[in-house]
Amino acid sequence: MTEIIEKLILYFQYPFVRYALIVGILIALCSSLLGVTLVLKRFSFIGDGLSHVAFGATAIAVAMNLTNNFILVLPVTIISAILLLRTGQNTKIKGDAAIAMISVGALAVGYLIMNMFAKSANLAGDVCTTLFGAMAILTLDDGTRIWIGEYPIPMKVFMCAVLSLLVIAVFMIFYHKIFAVTFDEDFSTATGIRASVYNLMLAVIIAVVIVLAMTLVGALLISALVIFPALSAMRVFKNFKAVTICSVIVSVVCAVFGIFLSILVATPVGSTIVVVNIIGFLIFSFAGFVRRGFSG
Amino acid sequence: MPQLTCKNLTLGYEGKTVISGLTFTVNAGDYLCIVGENGSGKSTLMKTILKLKTPMSGQVILGDGLTSSEIGYLPQQTVVQKDFPASVREVVRSGCLNRCGFRPYYNKAEKQMAEENMEKLGIEQIAKHCYRELSGGQQQRTLLARALCAAGKIILLDEPAAGLDPKAAVDMYALIEKLNAEGITIVMISHDIDAAVKYATHILHIGAQKVLFSGTTKDYVQSEAGHIYASGGSQK
Repeated sequence: MTEIIEKLILYFQYPFVRYALIVGILIALCSSLLGVTLVLKRFSFIGDGLSHVAFGATAIAVAMNLTNNFILVLPVTIISAILLLRTGQNTKIKGDAAIAMISVGALAVGYLIMNMFAKSANLAGDVCTTLFGAMAILTLDDGTRIWIGEYPIPMKVFMCAVLSLLVIAVFMIFYHKIFAVTFDEDFSTATGIRASVYNLMLAVIIAVVIVLAMTLVGALLISALVIFPALSAMRVFKNFKAVTICSVIVSVVCAVFGIFLSILVATPVGSTIVVVNIIGFLIFSFAGFVRRGFSG
Repeated sequence: MPQLTCKNLTLGYEGKTVISGLTFTVNAGDYLCIVGENGSGKSTLMKTILKLKTPMSGQVILGDGLTSSEIGYLPQQTVVQKDFPASVREVVRSGCLNRCGFRPYYNKAEKQMAEENMEKLGIEQIAKHCYRELSGGQQQRTLLARALCAAGKIILLDEPAAGLDPKAAVDMYALIEKLNAEGITIVMISHDIDAAVKYATHILHIGAQKVLFSGTTKDYVQSEAGHIYASGGSQK
């Protein structure tokens, strides 16, 4: 046990490990906030589709040699999110088909572009990293720095922190409206809540969350980060507030646990966090089962 | 001046007309029941009044000091709500949202109002219960309380007794009657013609793309359209 603690202490002397933990917690926090809404609105797959779009955009950013790929990936993902939510409502191609089309298309185009233009010697490694997240938490730091006072903060860490705080702030301000629009869109619209505006806002937030989470767990595993905590919380709790709070806690705990575990046993961060989330889900399912059993 | 005037409305979707020449008025304190076959455009009409849909032609005019955010609505249940983790109190309070404007949280008066409406509908004891675990009648009461929070003057109900067992349906109608007696205007869609004749003051009967009857319940029972129902009601 002391051995484990010593190893962790050793690691946490490096600033990049501390950054990884901070970023991990923030991303876990804001990705879980919207999980409940996405699951309930039957939007789970939109997250998945968007993450593939983000992958395609990342490939283009890599081919263009952009140092900060957020500049390209974020707007592209946001636009796709808005388009996807629009098509869900009224077009010839129905929602799920549109998502499948866009997501697979973006994946193929992304891989193609990476193959044609990437200058890196380790192409397979690059693709793997974009799809499944960093192999180790070291790669969160890409060398660029932003100076806050006299502290050099890695650019990516800074962007992640700012964006996730923004997402959390927006969610807290519009909490009740998001609840109302999720629960009953028609009623909200009928009584003068601009549901379409909030749907648009949700689309933008989802896109931001996905781009953020991609740095932590990679494009293919993002949905897990969004959906698992919400599903776990919904097994046990029965009102919106409790479910939201619980899913945030579950998500953060799983992320911290996953990061520690990946340091100790040298596994990829993203998939470790997701596996911890799966275990969390099983525990909550069992707890929910027991609870229902007792209450009859 | 009537609270609600529909003037020569034509409704439909995707270019197909469902009903045309729809003209009627609703005065404060009225209890209007809209009856008709499936697909006759009842729900479309209600959504048009609520501005969720735009009519193909014609107008919906609000009067008597009524604004569009003062219309309460009891919609039919959606699939999403079947497994939504929300407490009764959360759902009822969400009816107050249109009073909040840009304020992110409910104030004391709004919370108080939610409590009063829950009491009025007899669901204050189950305020903490989970919406999806309630009986059909309790769920409808919850949604009705939410509608009351959104609007104190007029409420539109879309099949409030659908899917309820007979006892719960009777309770529901009694509750609506009580609200009407307190001065709230009721506009209700119903399949249940017996209940419509029993409780409503006015009836709007639509079908075959036109208005079959529009007027008071007393006249309706004497009318030709009313006879279709009275004589066995084979035309559901």
